[in-house]
Amino acid sequence: MDALRLSGAGKTFTMHLQGGIRLPVVADVNFAVESGQCVVLAGPSGAGKSSILKMIYGSYRCDQGEILVRHGNALVDITNAQPRQVLHLRRHLIGYVSQFLRVVPRVPALDVVAEALGRSGLAAGRARAADLLRRLNIPERLWSLPPATFSGGEQQRINIARGFLPELPILLLDEPTASLDAENRRAVVDLVAEKKRRGAAIVAIVHDEDVRNAIADRVVDVTRFAVAA
Amino acid sequence: MTDERPLLSAEGLTKWYGRQLGCRDVSFELYEGEVLAVVGESGSGKTTLLQLLSTQLEPSAGRVHYRMRDDVTRDLAALSDAERRFLFRTDWGYVHQEPTLGLRMAVSAGANVGERLMAVGARHYGRIRGTATSWLDRVEIDPGRIDETPRSYSGGMRQRLQIARNLVTEPRLVFMDEPTGGLDVSVQARLLDLLRGLVADLGLAAVIVTHDLAVARLLSHRIMVMKGGEMVESGLADQVLDDPREAYTQLLVSSILPP
Repeated sequence: MDALRLSGAGKTFTMHLQGGIRLPVVADVNFAVESGQCVVLAGPSGAGKSSILKMIYGSYRCDQGEILVRHGNALVDITNAQPRQVLHLRRHLIGYVSQFLRVVPRVPALDVVAEALGRSGLAAGRARAADLLRRLNIPERLWSLPPATFSGGEQQRINIARGFLPELPILLLDEPTASLDAENRRAVVDLVAEKKRRGAAIVAIVHDEDVRNAIADRVVDVTRFAVAA
Repeated sequence: MTDERPLLSAEGLTKWYGRQLGCRDVSFELYEGEVLAVVGESGSGKTTLLQLLSTQLEPSAGRVHYRMRDDVTRDLAALSDAERRFLFRTDWGYVHQEPTLGLRMAVSAGANVGERLMAVGARHYGRIRGTATSWLDRVEIDPGRIDETPRSYSGGMRQRLQIARNLVTEPRLVFMDEPTGGLDVSVQARLLDLLRGLVADLGLAAVIVTHDLAVARLLSHRIMVMKGGEMVESGLADQVLDDPREAYTQLLVSSILPP
């Protein structure tokens, strides 16, 4: 049984400030991901890869089709879920590692990561956050500092740790290794492999060919969802 | 999977000031622990809406229901004045943009916090002072300044004191009108971080009126966009900000530096 299935999903932006022009992004997106499997979305920039991840996460509205996720024994269609249902799904089902860390002023790196388990579990979260930060080679002297001043690669690793901390059945990764060196790319590959072994269904965007070959069970070419002009 | 009843629900809320429209036909539901940001320009009806929800204004049409602590959902218009005052003193908080409106400026910081506790029946002086001290600490005010009046406090400290005063009775719902309004950017960041933590730790539901989309993104789960007294768009915070559907929301989002 699939953990995630997109059927005929499509998205068009209507730009009201530009005279209402319609900007089709993707149409008729069809693919499914099973538990323990990693699907990598491929295609040139602008093909709509990130948009597809955002449609699955609910940040972008979906205009056509359905996006079904398995939640226990039920199937939930993200495209018509109420906001609070989507929030519930994000807490219990779908994780997302965005391209860039959205930093919150004053919160130390360790807590930025640990908060992914919810503020009530902050103490327990910190131990596991520390473990992840170590594996991602973030020096311990940085843990108590807010990540706003960190380098791009350090911020990205904080973001990865935050996204990987909760054990969620579905994980969306938007270019998680874009600004990482070889050693840290390997660390991320290992983390992805562990998630798969624990049964997570993963959808990833990765440009690095080595990383892609190491994590992908299947590659989905996004250009086939392009809208005919 | 999420079947509990809403804490607050508004149905067709409308307010006319004579022939001038305050807000028209606003409906939504708010659940426990949920933070709703109401955004829009000045004059869009945000504050009118907040005052209607908190029964400070009487609607021209529509109603507001609230699920009380005994789990019974009541029509707020049908509450007696005493019941309404009790709600305000216990289960609700109201944070004004201007802290002098929400504080008593002539009494000490400790009394400002302790007063709300006494209103819900606390009588033991030592315990009231102890709770007030720990709340000052929680909102990052030096407890050594507990006996000063808020007149000697800076704007940021006053706002934090107002928040402590509101939260000390552990309300389930807090209304906030531009809580970071007149503050410097660095003071704002501190207050935002504090609010974010308190709202999450206490599991508060909140309705926050703000014109600052960055504040809305940081604090809220859902956003409602208002214009000319009407709700033009609502949805998940990141959805409204990243994929705005209505022309007006697109204008708002494109008019700011990225939050």
